[in-house]
Amino acid sequence: MRNRFVQTVSELARDNSNLFLLTGDLGFGVLTQFQQNFPDRFINAGISEQNMTSVAAGMALEGKLIFTYSIANFATARCYEQIRNDVAYHRANVKIVAVGGGFSYGALGMSHHATEDIAFMRALPEMTIYTPADPLETEAVTRAAASQDGPCYIRLGKGGEKQLYKDGALVSYYEANLLRSGKDTAILVAGAIADQAIVAAEILAMAGIDCAVYSFPSVKPLDKATILELADKMDYIFTLEEHNIIGGFGGAVSEVIAEQRTRAVVVRMGLNDEYTSMVGSQSYLREYYGLDGESISKRILNKLKF
Amino acid sequence: MNSKQLAWRIRRHGIEMTHLSRGSHIGAVLSIADIVAVLYNDVMSIFPHDPKNDLRDRFILSKGHAGAAIYAALAEKGFFDVKELSTHYSNGSKLSGHVAHKGVPGVELSTGSLGHGISVGAGMAIAAKRDHKEHKVYVIIGDGECDEGSVWEAALFANHYRLSNFFVIIDHNKLQSLDLCENTIELIDLGTKWRAFGWDVIEVDGHDHEQLRNALSQNKGEKPKCIIAHTVKGKGISFMENQVLWHYRDPQGDNYDNAIMELEASRDEE
Repeated sequence: MRNRFVQTVSELARDNSNLFLLTGDLGFGVLTQFQQNFPDRFINAGISEQNMTSVAAGMALEGKLIFTYSIANFATARCYEQIRNDVAYHRANVKIVAVGGGFSYGALGMSHHATEDIAFMRALPEMTIYTPADPLETEAVTRAAASQDGPCYIRLGKGGEKQLYKDGALVSYYEANLLRSGKDTAILVAGAIADQAIVAAEILAMAGIDCAVYSFPSVKPLDKATILELADKMDYIFTLEEHNIIGGFGGAVSEVIAEQRTRAVVVRMGLNDEYTSMVGSQSYLREYYGLDGESISKRILNKLKF
Repeated sequence: MNSKQLAWRIRRHGIEMTHLSRGSHIGAVLSIADIVAVLYNDVMSIFPHDPKNDLRDRFILSKGHAGAAIYAALAEKGFFDVKELSTHYSNGSKLSGHVAHKGVPGVELSTGSLGHGISVGAGMAIAAKRDHKEHKVYVIIGDGECDEGSVWEAALFANHYRLSNFFVIIDHNKLQSLDLCENTIELIDLGTKWRAFGWDVIEVDGHDHEQLRNALSQNKGEKPKCIIAHTVKGKGISFMENQVLWHYRDPQGDNYDNAIMELEASRDEE
């Protein structure tokens, strides 16, 4: 996802001399391509995310299109007020790109796990939030963010995420993308953990349950039409995210359902309001917190049985 | 109108605005009145009827609580009607206590939380540099504001990128919200600090217009410029000067009458 982002932003920079990339001293080996091709439009702001974010706002107010790049918590929580007052309130054309959504950084520890970022970014007026699930969605949302005026948050995984769509598939940056069709129930997912939703659906199929999987590359604005359509047809819809179940994608879906008379009950799957204090790789942590394909399928099965 | 007259009007409006609104921060307004007057009258390129003109110099008041001084300067310079000043702080007004950009022509940035304006200004300055534009960026920060770590992040950044078009003016009145700066968090020697961060530093009497004009008009070297303006909080009203009480207090009753009397007397002296 990181590489596809940098490749896309480099392509965009070729056609737009106003595009700048700012980093908080992160992206070793990843941002090199951009830096070499556009040395005047690459700015390393040092390890100072508060300053970087306000500098980005100042440049954007002068007509520049700015991408800031850092690890998720440093790009958001560390400089939240700078995002709120300088970027969002002034509707500055700043795209905050965060790597390491969820447990991507595995054994590095909780400081590097982004598990509340969607919640606090979602609370900001003017902020668009993208949570791509794979490289193709990453390219789609990066292009969308560059073409929209105003602040965006792009939450990436790390590197090496599987491509979930066929090469050249047309994926939407806003509408839910269908990863697997199904009529009994549905998993709605935000982010790279979509791969586990597909595994879960495959396991459920063996148990005779036809489970659809939809990826939501945009959490804000949210494709309400698809949510309501599914909620009218099904008894349960499940949300999945590598994030606290409070305030994130599952929260956003629940808000949509709560405001309408629908058939479905929403079950949110994610971190149950806790920090990731366990040490381990991303896949180990997913398993530990019940967010791997098998655990997800068991949870869905239990719910549908009763 | 010369800069002295503009400074006097900023003070007069400041007293009136905080009196009418029962709003605060008159001490800071009086402290920066001369700096603001020199900037708007003699130093900056401004376009009151075309406030977004690309040739304008950019100005940010990072210590947004002294916003009344900026509103007064902008109104006196013709950005909007002076009558609007009386709405300051009131329901439905555009003129909030901390300086705001929405609906107020001439304000580049809404501030109020300290330690933001200098970084946004650095962003504007680097954008101008990369575009080879000639305009300058001026930011007023407070001495107490230097407690904020982000100020020093910006100080490092502006030096590293050689933002010679960037002017930071420190309103060094030695008082902050509750007490003297030195009794709050010791700043020790601001000049030495900013020099060590790679800036050109000039120390001036922040109420001496000639000194301010010279410092704010310098145009040489590669370094960003830090003007340490030694000021008096509450300057111009004897009983407000150097009094921490007048950070938050608004002038009412005898205080208001005496303030106006003192100001009117100083006007005659001009």
